[in-house]
Amino acid sequence: MSNIPSELKYATTHEWVRNEGDGTVTVGITDHAQGLLGDMVFVELPEVGDTVSTGDDIVVAESVKAASDIYAPVTGEIVAVNEELEDSPELVNSDPFGDGWMFKIKFDDASEIESLLDAEGYENSIDED
Amino acid sequence: MINKTVLHAKHLESGAKMVDFHGWEMPINYGSQIEEHHAVRQSAGMFDVSHMTIVDINGSDAKAFLRRLVTNDVAKLTVPGKALYTGMCNEAGGVIDDLIIYYFTETDYRLVVNSATREKDLAWIGKQAQGFDVTVTERPEFGMIAVQGPKAKGIVATLLNEEQIKAVEGMKPFFGVQAGDFFIATTGYTGEDGYEIVVPEAQTADLWQKLLDAGVKPCGLGSRDTLRLEAGMNLYGLDMDESVSPLAANMAWTISWEPEDRNFIGREVLAAQREAGDQLKQVGLVLTEKGVLRAGVKVISEAGEGVITSGTFSPTLGHSIAIARVPRSVKIGDTVEVEMRKKLVKVSVVKPGFVRNGQSLL
Repeated sequence: MSNIPSELKYATTHEWVRNEGDGTVTVGITDHAQGLLGDMVFVELPEVGDTVSTGDDIVVAESVKAASDIYAPVTGEIVAVNEELEDSPELVNSDPFGDGWMFKIKFDDASEIESLLDAEGYENSIDED
Repeated sequence: MINKTVLHAKHLESGAKMVDFHGWEMPINYGSQIEEHHAVRQSAGMFDVSHMTIVDINGSDAKAFLRRLVTNDVAKLTVPGKALYTGMCNEAGGVIDDLIIYYFTETDYRLVVNSATREKDLAWIGKQAQGFDVTVTERPEFGMIAVQGPKAKGIVATLLNEEQIKAVEGMKPFFGVQAGDFFIATTGYTGEDGYEIVVPEAQTADLWQKLLDAGVKPCGLGSRDTLRLEAGMNLYGLDMDESVSPLAANMAWTISWEPEDRNFIGREVLAAQREAGDQLKQVGLVLTEKGVLRAGVKVISEAGEGVITSGTFSPTLGHSIAIARVPRSVKIGDTVEVEMRKKLVKVSVVKPGFVRNGQSLL
């Protein structure tokens, strides 16, 4: 059974989103998603300063099994990326909601976060997969 | 209906993630494919290969039949227990399967064939056996465990009785011996030392547990694939199939052209292909930058296009490697391009074979 923390928001494309309360969100992929992808071998992150729109594919996560796009869950500017993943992509597998975070976005519109799924909604969405 | 091996419950006990593998519910990994891969390269790991098919060929025509059936020549086998790797082709020279043949006597041989091609193989072998004095017997009453890695043989030795230890003592690579209830072979699919052990079904779970207790890591099909690819070994269905000539799949060495009067199935077509020299050939590819080469990706060279037949991330080397079929004039040491995620990336061409006994061959 996958871990789905209740304090986070989720996109149907398996990103989790944590509102940091300072106008930024931290984004990673869910435990469910990392389990499906398997051992991560490369994570290609966006550049700090990039402006991104909701739904843009901005990260390529390569596992042994497959290459997957990770999408921007909200519109805004990339203000940080997790450089640790450069040398230790396996953090996405071992700690998807913690050290395996991928990037932070300074968002344009807070209502976009509200319209993401809550934990229950996300759980329902993966049950349908 | 999905098939389950005799070790199915043991896999679940060890927390395996199970997948449908050609009609068999098999473990893909037990948590981390990469950790399992490293266990085999550095210590010892084991695989349930009970889904593979054992076929015994007996009878006064056994030798003559196999000399007709497969591209390699079983007449080369004269020492009991010696094994031979070979292709089994159709009349058009396409590879029906690759298999290992163990020799016991000229009237007694054992074949181990792929699970994915089991029904097709059995039908073909049965059909070709018409007119020969042979019996073809499938042996589903055995489990099969592959124990691989630098510590594999040492650990297995602690579980064998005196008679069995004596039977396997000093056994060279590519041999098999019946030792008590076990048929123990020095074959494998990882590029490491080790054994493949055929065990009566009732004893398979017990042997698996003893190996677990002795510190052998259970490994799934995921790591089996990265290990065999590092070792440069073909996987049926990816690197060759009935549409591919063995000459294009690095299997020319498994075709015995001598003696000239041995009329194995596919000989005429393969001889003409060899004469024409127009088949593609198999090479290895190495990508040192980020990204993973995948099966089906197009290879672009000055001599024309090719295709990646197997690609993966190599856990031992830390970058991606692949097996590809390319035009014959592409040379080892050349740089070619692959089309990855809409952009062209340079890769170097090497011999197909990347890691052996834990060491890089690059």
